[in-house]
Amino acid sequence: MAETVLELQKIRKQFSDTVVLNGVDLAVKQGEVIVIIGPSGCGKSTLLRCINGLEPIQGGQILFYNERIDTCKDLSLVRQKIGMVFQSYELFPHKTVLENVILAPVKVQRRNKEKVKKEAIELLERMGLGQKINSYPKELSGGQKQRVAIARVLCMHPQVLLFDEVTAALDPEMVHEVLQVILDLAQSGRTMLIVTHEMQFARAIADRICFLENGHILEDTSPKEFFENPKTERAKQFLKTFTYERKQ
Amino acid sequence: MNIEFIQKVLPLYQKAAVLTVEIGALGIVLSILVGLCAALILYDKIPVLRWIVSAYIEISRNTPLLIQLFFFYYGLPKIGIRMEAKLCGLIGLGFLGGSYMAEAFRSGLEAVGQMQAESAYSLGFSKLQTMRYIVLPQALDISFPAFMANIIFLLKETSVFSAISLMDLMFTAKDLIGVYAKTSESLFLLVICYLLILLPISLIGSGIERRLGRHGFGS
Repeated sequence: MAETVLELQKIRKQFSDTVVLNGVDLAVKQGEVIVIIGPSGCGKSTLLRCINGLEPIQGGQILFYNERIDTCKDLSLVRQKIGMVFQSYELFPHKTVLENVILAPVKVQRRNKEKVKKEAIELLERMGLGQKINSYPKELSGGQKQRVAIARVLCMHPQVLLFDEVTAALDPEMVHEVLQVILDLAQSGRTMLIVTHEMQFARAIADRICFLENGHILEDTSPKEFFENPKTERAKQFLKTFTYERKQ
Repeated sequence: MNIEFIQKVLPLYQKAAVLTVEIGALGIVLSILVGLCAALILYDKIPVLRWIVSAYIEISRNTPLLIQLFFFYYGLPKIGIRMEAKLCGLIGLGFLGGSYMAEAFRSGLEAVGQMQAESAYSLGFSKLQTMRYIVLPQALDISFPAFMANIIFLLKETSVFSAISLMDLMFTAKDLIGVYAKTSESLFLLVICYLLILLPISLIGSGIERRLGRHGFGS
């Protein structure tokens, strides 16, 4: 049995009176790829933000290798190990592609600049961005920006990756190039939590699918089981919104 | 126009211009320091300090520099704080400019999206590092046009220094008009001096702005 990397126990998150997450339990094992799906506003992104310490939680606990991180004072250390990629890329516009990737390893982890540079260039080349290392973010397409954002996180050597609807802002043709990169990461054994609306992709990449609704995980099962034989009425309803039928 | 007169008084203008530039430059440096601190306090919403800063900004922006100078030069000695005119001018300019610079920097800081800071945090940057490497550089670039406008505004404002008997350009011109009654020559030289100081700054500013524009961030 693989080791449990990340464990969420009864996570509760509320914004003033609105309860967004209400007792979420989830255990992530080494090398596992978990896809979280669910209707808009069900708390998928908030869940990832809580794990990354961007949102404080009001109840429950988050364990990373059996150590509590939700009460941890030094969030920087946690975040270096749990990388996050955002829907809106959030590259640093005043830095070149290469600078974007090496800034955190050099300034935060204080690693040797030349070595990090070498690694970053290899990483970018592998993602097909070798020609772009000296470009500024505004000169890139959406898909390229998102790949740089992924490279930027990978260069920190994180142990878990969080992807928050990383293709939601992309043109359909660019979705593919980004998802391919994530698929490659999954195959290389990375531990990942992915929030997405791309059902085909979810099915292809996930070891487990978690269906989140109203702040609860309603189903936590294999992709085959979830897509072919959903247990709850709500999940059936949700999956139906992805198919179209012409009314007779 | 009496060329001979102009030649005769030119050294006086030169001396006055040096004084104007000197106090202007130091006052602007002071404004930048005050403005940056004030802007960071407002951006970070530091309790208590932010109210003090807001009050300062309102007072400073809504009173004329002349009145501020009178307060520093004639008012403060009444409670035992005496300063020479030069220092008064410097502090006055810093007091006025600080609030203008604060507003310029604050709007720049606020224009950098919250998500930029969050993505930096998620990479492990501390709050201070995020400000230094991510937010501040972008904010300064965004506020550059307002920053340049403030510099030019503040240099022009130095013309009220004559009111606290600082021998700046304005003082010199008024003095010469009073003594020699050569109004046209004196005013002509005054205008030329200000242009010689301000035009290059203006041009350099536009140049930098254009370069920033080319590099500009967009998204």
